[in-house]
Amino acid sequence: MADNSHGSPDTSVTVATPGQGGVDTFTNPGLPPHRPRLADTDPRAEKRAERQVALLFFISVLGTLLFFFAYFFIPLNDTIERLRLQNLALGLGTAFAMLGIGVGIVHWAKTLMPDHELTEERHAVTDEKDRAEAEQIVGTILDESGIKRRPLIRNTLIGAALLAPLPAIAIFRDLGPLPGDALKHTFWDAGMRLTRDPSGTPIKASDVTVGSAFHVIPEGLNEAENKLEEKAKAVVLLMRLDPESLNPSEGREDWGYDGIVAYSKICTHVGCPVALYEQQTHHLLCPCHQSTFDLEQECKVIFGPAARPLPQLPIDVDDEGYLIARSDFQEPVGPSFWERG
Amino acid sequence: MKALSQRRRHPLAAIALLLMALLMVGAIYSAASSANQAQAQTESFSANDAEEGEKLFAANCASCHGLGASGSSAGPSLVGVGAASVDFQVGSGRMPLQMDGPQAQVKPVQFTEEQTRQLAAYVATLGAGPAIPDEEILDASEGDPANGGELFRVNCAMCHNAAAAGGALTRGKFAPSLEGSSEKHIYEAMVTGPQNMPVFNDANISPEDKQDVIAFLKTIEEQGSPGGADLGSLGPVSEGLFIWVAGLGVVIAFTVWLTSRSS
Amino acid sequence: MSSSTAINAYQPKTRVGRVTNFVDSRVGGSGMVKEFGRKIFPDHWTFMFGEVALYTFVILLISGTFLTFFFDPSMAETHYEGSYLPLRGVEMSVAYASSLDISFDVRGGLFMRQVHHWSALLFVAANAVHMLRVFFTGAFRRPRELNWVVGTTLLIMGLAAGFTGYSLPDDLLSGNGLRIIDGVVKSIPVIGTYISFFLFGGEFPGTAIIGRLYVLHILLIPAVILLLIGIHLFMVVIHKHTQYPGPGRTNTNVVGYPVGPVYAAKAGGFFFIVFGIVAAISAAFTINPIWNYGPYDPSPVSAGTQPDWYIGWVDGALRLMPGTVGSNWDFEWNIPFPWGVNTLSLNVLFPALVPAGIVFTLMLAWPWIESWVTKDKREHHLLDRPRNAPTRTAVGVAGVVFYCVMWAAASSDLIATHFLVSLNDVTYWLRILVIVGPVIGFMIARRVALALQRKDREIALHGRETGRIVRLPHGEFIEVHEPVDEYKRYQLVSFESPEAYAPVADGNGHVSRSEKLRSRASRFFFEDRVAPVTPSELHASHSGHHGEIANTQDRESIASH
Repeated sequence: MADNSHGSPDTSVTVATPGQGGVDTFTNPGLPPHRPRLADTDPRAEKRAERQVALLFFISVLGTLLFFFAYFFIPLNDTIERLRLQNLALGLGTAFAMLGIGVGIVHWAKTLMPDHELTEERHAVTDEKDRAEAEQIVGTILDESGIKRRPLIRNTLIGAALLAPLPAIAIFRDLGPLPGDALKHTFWDAGMRLTRDPSGTPIKASDVTVGSAFHVIPEGLNEAENKLEEKAKAVVLLMRLDPESLNPSEGREDWGYDGIVAYSKICTHVGCPVALYEQQTHHLLCPCHQSTFDLEQECKVIFGPAARPLPQLPIDVDDEGYLIARSDFQEPVGPSFWERG
Repeated sequence: MKALSQRRRHPLAAIALLLMALLMVGAIYSAASSANQAQAQTESFSANDAEEGEKLFAANCASCHGLGASGSSAGPSLVGVGAASVDFQVGSGRMPLQMDGPQAQVKPVQFTEEQTRQLAAYVATLGAGPAIPDEEILDASEGDPANGGELFRVNCAMCHNAAAAGGALTRGKFAPSLEGSSEKHIYEAMVTGPQNMPVFNDANISPEDKQDVIAFLKTIEEQGSPGGADLGSLGPVSEGLFIWVAGLGVVIAFTVWLTSRSS
Repeated sequence: MSSSTAINAYQPKTRVGRVTNFVDSRVGGSGMVKEFGRKIFPDHWTFMFGEVALYTFVILLISGTFLTFFFDPSMAETHYEGSYLPLRGVEMSVAYASSLDISFDVRGGLFMRQVHHWSALLFVAANAVHMLRVFFTGAFRRPRELNWVVGTTLLIMGLAAGFTGYSLPDDLLSGNGLRIIDGVVKSIPVIGTYISFFLFGGEFPGTAIIGRLYVLHILLIPAVILLLIGIHLFMVVIHKHTQYPGPGRTNTNVVGYPVGPVYAAKAGGFFFIVFGIVAAISAAFTINPIWNYGPYDPSPVSAGTQPDWYIGWVDGALRLMPGTVGSNWDFEWNIPFPWGVNTLSLNVLFPALVPAGIVFTLMLAWPWIESWVTKDKREHHLLDRPRNAPTRTAVGVAGVVFYCVMWAAASSDLIATHFLVSLNDVTYWLRILVIVGPVIGFMIARRVALALQRKDREIALHGRETGRIVRLPHGEFIEVHEPVDEYKRYQLVSFESPEAYAPVADGNGHVSRSEKLRSRASRFFFEDRVAPVTPSELHASHSGHHGEIANTQDRESIASH
């Protein structure tokens, strides 16, 4: 409390700061005079306040009763309306039960308990003498342990203490398998049919009219062992555009079929499904962070936080007219990762 | 029936029978194949409807869509869009367009039902396209809301929101809330793909599945939220806004009361 | 103290005394009562937000315990057979099915879910407002710096508790939230992919994550929060509460109401009030309608997929970051190393780490930054009114603006649809605002604070404007000013207004670089300052500007005409 000399009402009151001198300041006038409340002077007001508090506690009792009534006598009958009514009644019952007690107690405190403000002196958190003593004690402890005099003991202990927690980290190794190249391929394979999500029925090229969009999963995915993990990488959006408006780059001319193209639905930003297809502008929009991809430029990013085009799934048509994949994706789908390369 | 049986040995009976058989096969085929195109065109328009429609079109629509609905720089060609498209765009008040903008806005319907029907009849004569759906397939009570819900989440929720409250598209466009949309307009929107909405033809989502989707939408619309007011079904944003404004507002009101001196 | 002599010496006369005697002679509670029974707490409405946070946490423990009895954190597949029709027969995880059962088939379950979630939102909001109050009034200064650090840690733990809870129902919304987390984790260089695989027990989504988050959510994080709350309150008791400056209040006293009965009644009653408010909200307003979203499936997503409000700013930062610049340059770098090419995805890593890093680092370091600049190492128990510390207030406002722009960005799609503007334009504007906004906010807040100080000066010197216009005998019009009483005046003049200082040379007469920097920073802090009114100024104003003060003499002269 070395710097605590300022602020006491009997000396200078405002704080002495460099440049201000602390001489020409107002003195603290002390607490303003106490103003009595209505309930302090008027016995009728006091009585009224007392009744109000009791009434509030009574409202709380009614609230509790309402809760029990709602719980036992509003049976749920599979309709949403009934559930809504029960929820409302349970909630309002609880609210009245709680607010009745709370408002009642506070009203009691405000109107009937003494409202004179009291003053208490602050004390220093600790005494400086104590601090010095504590320092001395710690010094003695360290001294008697000899840790300062025996660096060999100290250093080996530090080494041991640094190493000892490592097993606690290592033991978490089995939380999961190593990534391997799991992220680099998907469920898709050459010749696999494109099927509707979620039914898994195959899609004919003639089904896909201009302007339409199909949400696609690979054939057999619904029966796969790790269905959700595979689906999280394999989902595809299938669209048909006027072939004129597609501008495939060299080597990708035959990845579509007569204006039908298939792109990974997993955003290259952080992996939300990019499923918003604007059939007139030919833009794909991610609803999570608004990355926008242009189908006319092979799903190049034209807006938003994604940095990389959506991977395209090369497709073809089999003998029966069903759409099939020519191969797996040619690059990893979804968000980037360190080993992506 | 007697007259019919008497003529069964008529020399032309075989030909008539053959014709009838052909007609029946044709009818079955057309019914079967049109199920794959769009719902069968059950609403038959008279020639008079189309004529009246043409007049209305010339007076109200041709300035943008061109004479004969062949399109102009101000509006697309309507050849082949089908009666469903007209019924949706005009019947929901989107057309005629009030002003240029990112997309057509819903506003009070400008034509009577009769006029809308006539316009649809006229546009339907210009080229084959999705027809106005049948009453039967629009009956939400016949659909399976659970299947509809799954289809809605996969095909629709990314734009229209899982609770059909609507969502944003690029550059001022948006997918509207579906609350209050009629069964017919929902169906027509799916088959025609208005504005930037993709087309969900019957090969993609069958008419029965579309009925399920409608059943799902009508179920969640009618039942409302079990937890009370739904705050627009907009998700965590409206919840956060609510707790900051209303929740903390009430809390602050109580703290001020609690720390003020009683009079 | 329980020796036989003590028992004989003290013979309780009242019933309360007998109970006290019983307890004290066995566990020694009278020391506690002596210490706390009449301890003084200052009373002000802005001091209540910490209590709101504490009480909502208690409500969270109560409602959360109820929920654990019915929730099953398993990701095994099941088919829903509960009473919610639009999901019946749908394939989903056990976790989601049990969340639906809590909502639809356990009586009061929906109410408890809503109580739990609404109080979680209120808990973090109250934490945030409490910290803003502490910051803007300077309550973090010595000796309370460490408690400020504990409080900041509590806020961070609150965010962790909220996020782990948000993910538990395994619905479409929370699943997509986890997917975003997975994408962010994968962007971490070198170890990101491994962390992702360890976190999810393999590839996303796996079958492990809900159970793991559940343990964190109901055991580890609440335990840490409880421990920190204990430390936090212990330090409040040690330091005693701060108080606003005013007549009768000094840096060495504390003015207010005794714990027993007034303060205890108010604080205790307030718990019931907060509970009542949360219950009323939960009765009438839906929160997190998990039945709308459906089970998690990696293919669908809902428009308006957002995190709860407190994570919103990080999501907003992810949205604001451009991934590409121009048509040929992007923030995903493929860096060739001798062993092969590795990918650094700065468009994800930067917005996920940097804004939150800046905000929390500055928050944690601020007490020391400020005391280094101001050279003020004294103990402070009197608060600053925000206007009397213009630069600190401005820094706080800049931080709030920075935060709020990112927060707004998390709802850019809803801003677009509800105000009929383009989503892209909203993003462009917010990208500009997130850089420019804090600067503008800083300048405006500092000017407003200084202007308010000047207004205080005017009032202290010349009194309050009454709005009465009076014509004096010689024809001059004046507005009558009512002088403020000495209590009010003391409130307006009792503040410190430090001045900027010149660099001070050390013992060798050398002015170090850090000292120069410090002096520059102090100029930045205190260059514009408004000094409090001094008695001599007040005296001068009374005698100098006679006409402006409606002193007794003037009043008499006005009355006589």
